[in-house]
Amino acid sequence: MLVRLIRAYLRPYTRTINVIVLLQLVQTLATLYLPTLNADIIDDGVVKGDTGYILVVGGQMVAVTLVQIVCAVGAVYFGARTAMALGRDIRADVFDRVQSFSAREMGRFGAPSLITRTTNDVQQVQMLCLMSFTLMVSAPIMCVGGIAMALNQDVPLSGLLLLIVPVLGITVTLIVRRMRPLFRDVQERIDTVNRVLREQITGIRVIRAFVRDGHERKRFTGANTALMDVSLRAGRLMSLMFPTVMLVVNLSSVAVVWAGGHRIDSGGMQIGALTAFISYLMQILTSVMMATFMFMMVPRAEVCAERVQEVLDTGTSVVPPLRPVAPLASADGGRGLLELRGVEFRYPGAEEPVLRDVSLTAHPGRTTAVIGSTGSGKSTLLGLVPRLFDATDGSVRLDGVDVRDLDPAVMTRSIGLVPQKPYLFSGTVASNLRYGKPDASDEELWQALETAQARDFVEAMEGGLEAPIAQGGSNVSGGQRQRLAIARALVLRPSVYLFDDSFSALDYATDARLRAALADETGNATVVIVAQRVSTIRGADRIVVLDEGRVVGSGTHGELMTGNQTYREIVLSQLTEQEAA
Amino acid sequence: MSTSSPAPRRGPAPAAGPGRFMGGQPVERSMDFRGSGRRLLGALRPERGIAFAVLALCTVSITLTVLGPKVLGHATDLIFAGIVGRQLPEGATKAEAVQHLRDGGQGTVADMVASMNVTPGQGIDFGAVGTVLLWALGLYVVASLLNLIQARVATNVVQRAVFRMREDVEQKLARLPLSYFDKQSRGEVLSRATNDIDNIQQTLQQTLSQIMASLLTLVGVLAMMFWISPLLALVALVTVPVSVLVATRVGKRAQPQFVQQWKTTGRLNAHIEEMYTGHALVKVFGRERESAEIFRAQNEKLYEAGFRAQFISGLIQPAMTFIGNLNYVLVAVVGGLRVASGALSIGDVQAFVQYSRQFSQPLTQVASMANMVQSGVASAERVFELLDAEEQTPDPEGPVGPRTVLGQVEFEDVSFRYQPDTPLIEGLSLSVSPGQTVAIVGPTGAGKTTLVNLLMRFYEVSGGRITLDGVDAATMPREELRSHIGMVLQDTWLFGGTIAENIAYGSEGASHEAIVEAAKATHVDRFVRTLPDGYDTVIDEEGSNVSVGEKQLITIARAFLSGPSILVLDEATSSVDTRTEVLIQHAMASLRTGRTSFVIAHRLSTIRDADVILVMESGRIVEQGSHDALVAAEGAYARLYAAQFAEPVAEPE
Repeated sequence: MLVRLIRAYLRPYTRTINVIVLLQLVQTLATLYLPTLNADIIDDGVVKGDTGYILVVGGQMVAVTLVQIVCAVGAVYFGARTAMALGRDIRADVFDRVQSFSAREMGRFGAPSLITRTTNDVQQVQMLCLMSFTLMVSAPIMCVGGIAMALNQDVPLSGLLLLIVPVLGITVTLIVRRMRPLFRDVQERIDTVNRVLREQITGIRVIRAFVRDGHERKRFTGANTALMDVSLRAGRLMSLMFPTVMLVVNLSSVAVVWAGGHRIDSGGMQIGALTAFISYLMQILTSVMMATFMFMMVPRAEVCAERVQEVLDTGTSVVPPLRPVAPLASADGGRGLLELRGVEFRYPGAEEPVLRDVSLTAHPGRTTAVIGSTGSGKSTLLGLVPRLFDATDGSVRLDGVDVRDLDPAVMTRSIGLVPQKPYLFSGTVASNLRYGKPDASDEELWQALETAQARDFVEAMEGGLEAPIAQGGSNVSGGQRQRLAIARALVLRPSVYLFDDSFSALDYATDARLRAALADETGNATVVIVAQRVSTIRGADRIVVLDEGRVVGSGTHGELMTGNQTYREIVLSQLTEQEAA
Repeated sequence: MSTSSPAPRRGPAPAAGPGRFMGGQPVERSMDFRGSGRRLLGALRPERGIAFAVLALCTVSITLTVLGPKVLGHATDLIFAGIVGRQLPEGATKAEAVQHLRDGGQGTVADMVASMNVTPGQGIDFGAVGTVLLWALGLYVVASLLNLIQARVATNVVQRAVFRMREDVEQKLARLPLSYFDKQSRGEVLSRATNDIDNIQQTLQQTLSQIMASLLTLVGVLAMMFWISPLLALVALVTVPVSVLVATRVGKRAQPQFVQQWKTTGRLNAHIEEMYTGHALVKVFGRERESAEIFRAQNEKLYEAGFRAQFISGLIQPAMTFIGNLNYVLVAVVGGLRVASGALSIGDVQAFVQYSRQFSQPLTQVASMANMVQSGVASAERVFELLDAEEQTPDPEGPVGPRTVLGQVEFEDVSFRYQPDTPLIEGLSLSVSPGQTVAIVGPTGAGKTTLVNLLMRFYEVSGGRITLDGVDAATMPREELRSHIGMVLQDTWLFGGTIAENIAYGSEGASHEAIVEAAKATHVDRFVRTLPDGYDTVIDEEGSNVSVGEKQLITIARAFLSGPSILVLDEATSSVDTRTEVLIQHAMASLRTGRTSFVIAHRLSTIRDADVILVMESGRIVEQGSHDALVAAEGAYARLYAAQFAEPVAEPE
C-alpha cells in the first residue's frame, strides 16, 4: 500500500529523483574516496617520508570534502522539495476526493477520521519520503560503494566481505523481520490505550453514574499491560540490534587486521590499505544501521498510507451527470416542481431500507410538510433532492428532470437547504449569508435577516453584518445559528426551499413569527419542511406522514386528523385533545 | 492529530531515529525544567537499583569499546614493524639500522624507525599480532554482551515506568472530582493523558540510554585521543565548538521556518476541518470550487513553508558530516606528518581515525536530543500537573445502606456553590416519596442539572444534606449511591463498541435476549435492523454512524436494562421527536413503577404526567405541585406554560 501510494505520486518527479540519486551517489563516493586518499598518505607519504606528498594529498582530500558537501546540500534541497511536493499532491487529491463524496461516504468514514487522514496521515507518509531521500537513498550506495572501494584496495582481503556482508545482512534482516509486526502491534496498542482513556474522560459521568469505574480500570489496565508486553518485546529485540551489528563489525575489523597482516607479509598489500579497509567497514556498518532506522519508520507510515489509500480508492456514490441537463425554465432558477417517484434508499448491506417506495409531489407556491418519528427517514428524504444521497431505486425529479442528470449549477441555484445542524463557517455574518450568493447586496442580506427574525440580534452584535463568526458558529446561540442558517438560504432566493427540522431551537413565538414572514417571502417557491413539532407544520398545504420509511398518509391537517391514526398519535402526543381540535 | 485541529496523534517510532532535526514538534519550553526533569527521573525510582546497574554496565561496555581501536592499532604497529624490520639488514641492531638509513639520506624514515619497536631482519611476528588480536576480540565480545544486557534492562526500566505513569494517570482520573473536568476542557485533559504520555515514552525510550551512552563515549574517546596524541586530540577538539556553532546557527534559522510551517499547517487543517464538517452545505450551495481554491492556495503555502523548514534544518546533517570529514582530513595530514617525524606510530593514526569518526557521531546525537528532552520534560510537567490536581474526598469503606432502596429522597436545606462568592443553589428542600415522578422545569441556568448532579454526588453539597431512604448520601460510598440510580444524560456518550455492548454497559452479563428486549422497549430495535451489522454494528469513536436521536435511544435502552431504583432523565428525550417520545414514555412508565424518577424536560407532555412539578428559578424551587394546581395558581409555572406551550392555542389557523 505504502509503496503503491508513494510510487504513484512520485511519478511526476522522476527526473528530480534521478538528480537526487545522482547527487547522493557523488556525495557518497566522495565520502568513500577519503579513506583511499588516506591510504595514499600512509603508503606513499608516511612510509617514504615524503612530507610534500602528504600535504598534496591532504589538499586533494579537502577538495573531495567540498564536492561532498555541495552534493549533499543539493540532495537535501531536491529531497525536501520532492517530499513536500508529494505531500502536497496527495493532500490535494484526498481533499478533492472527499469533496466529491456524498453524505453516504462522509457518514461511512466520519468527518473527524477524514480530517486526520487528510492532514496527519499524509504528513507521516511525507516524512517517510523525506527521510528516504536523505538517508535511505544513500544507504545502499554507501554499502555497495564501500564494498567496491574495499575491493579496489585489495581483492583477496575483500574476500572477507563475502563472509561479513551476508552475516550482517542476515542478522539485520532476521531482526527487522521480527520487529516489523511488533512495531505495528505497539502502534495499535497505543491507539487502544489512548482510545480507552479518551472514552473514560468523555464518558466520565456515565461511567460514574453506572458505577463502572472498576470495569473501566480493568479495561484500561488490560490495554496498558498489553501495550507494555509488546513494547517490552519490541524493546528487547531492538536492544539486540545495536550490539549485534557492532559485534559483527568489530569482529570483522579484527579479522581484517589478521588477514591483512598476512597479505602485507606476503607483499600483496600495502600497510595503508589496512587503515582504509577498516574505514570502509565502518561505512558499510553505518549504512546498514541507517537502513535499519528507516525500516522502523515504515510500519507507522504503512498504516497511514493504507488509511489514505482507502479514501483515494473510494468512489463517490453520487456521480456528477455526464451530460448535464438544464430544464427549459432554468434561466430564472426554474419553477421548482419537485417529484419523488417510487424512491427507495438503502445502505449497502442493510437488512431494511431507510426509505421504500416513497412517492410525492411538491408544487410551486405550496408548502409540503413531512412528519414522522426519528429514524423514519425524513432527513434522508430531503437529502435526496440536492443529491447528498442518490436513491437506490426510483427517481427524484426537479421540473421534470431527474436530479441525477441535472446540471449541478442549476441545482445549486434552485435549492436552498437549511440543514438539521445549522452549521456556520468561520468568517463574518455577511460571509455566511453570502455563502450561496456571493454577489448579494447588504440590502438583500438585511431583508433575509428580517424574514428569519434575525435582524435584531445581528444589529445588536458588534460590527453588525461584519461581526465575526467562529468556526461552526460556536459564538452564537443555537437559536441564532438556526435563524442565520435560514437567512442564508433565503438570500439565495431558490425555487425550492428545504427546511430540515430547522425551527426546533426556536421558541414557539419566534417560530410562529418566522413562519408568517416566510410565507410572504417564499411566494411562488416550493417549500418542503421536515419537522417534529405539529404546530410548525399544521398550516402546510399538504402533510406527508412517514413511518418506518414508508408514506403512511398525506393530506391537510384536518384530513389527517380524521383519517390517519399515526398522525393522530403524533399530534396528540404534543397537544391536548381540545387544543388539537 | 491532533484532534481542535485534530491533535496530531503522534505515535512513536519506538526506536531511536537518526539525528532528529526533522522538527516534529514545536519545542515547548517547560516552566520548571530542573524540577520536572528530576521528578521525571524520579519516576524510575522503583527500579533505581537496576538503573544504577544499567549505568555501570554502560560505563564498562563503553570503556571496553573505546579501548578496541587502540588495541587494533597496536596490532597494526606490530605488522608495520614487521615490514620495516624485514627491509633492514639482518643481524644489525636497531641503532645501526637507523644510522644506516640516515647515512643513506633517508632522514625522515630513520626518525620513524627510531621510534618503532623493530628488530632488523625480522618479518611480522604473527604470534604477537595474534595475541593482541585475541585481546581485541575478547574486548569486543565482552563489550557487546554487556551492551546487550544493558539495553535490555534499560528497556525494561523505561517501559515499566511509563506503564506505571499511565496507570497513575488513569487512577487519578477516577479520583478527580467532576468539577475538575468542568474547569479544564476535555481536550486538554485528554491531551495530557494521551499525547503527553506518548511523548514522555518516546523521550525516555530514545534519549535516556542514548544520552548516557553518547556522553560516556564522548568522554572515553576524548580520553583515548589525548592518550594517543594530545596534538591530534586538540585538532579534533576544535571541531566541537565549530559543530555546536553550526548546529545552533542553523537551528536558530530553522526555528522561525518551523513556526511558519506549523502556522500554515494549522490554517490548512482548519480549512479542511470546516469543509469536511460542513460538507453537505458546501455541496448544496455549490461552493466546491471556492473551497478547492482556498485549499489549493493554503496547500501551496504549506508546501513552500514546509520545504524551507525541512531544507534549512536538513542542512545540519551534511554540515556535520562536512565538519567530520574536515576533521578526518586534518587528522590524516597532521597524523601522517607526525608519523613521518616519528612522533606517532602508524597504528595510532589508524586508531585515531577511528576515534575521530566515533567522536563526531555522539556529538550530533546529543545536540539533536536536546530538543527532544525539552519537549519530553514539558510533557512530563503537564502530566505532573494533572497528577497533582486536588482529588475528591475519599469514600468510606464498605456499604452503609441497605442493598435495595425504596427510593425515598430528601433534600434538606441544600446549598451549593461553585465559586465561594457565587451561590448556585441555596436553601433547597424537597421531599420525594418512593415511586413518584418529579418533573423539574425552569429557564436555562436555573440549576436543574445541578440538582441532579448533587443527587448523583458528581458535586458535593456545600451545605445541608441529601438523604436516600433516610441515609445521608454523603456518608455512602459514591459507588453504592450511584448503583441505585439509573441515568440518561444530555450528552449521549457511547463507547467504541457494538450497539449490543453499549446497551449492556450498565448491566454486566446481560443476555442477548435481555438486550434485544430492552432495545425493543425503547424503540432501538427498529433502526438497529436497518444497519448493515445490526446489533453488532460498531459505534466508532465519534459515534458518527448513528444519528443524535438514535444515540439517545441507545442510552435510554442502556438505563432501561440496568433497572435501578431511582431514575434520572436529564432532558433525555429532547432530540427524540415527540412521537418516539410517547412510545418511550410508555416504556418508561412501566419502568418507573416503583421507582423514583427525576425528569428534566422542556416538553409539556413529559411534564404533564409528573406527580410533582418543581419550578426552579435561579437555584431555588419557586413552585411545587401538580400541573393543574400550578396552572390554577397562575404563578411562575403558569407564565412559563403560557410562553412556551400554549402557543398553538393562541394561534388558530
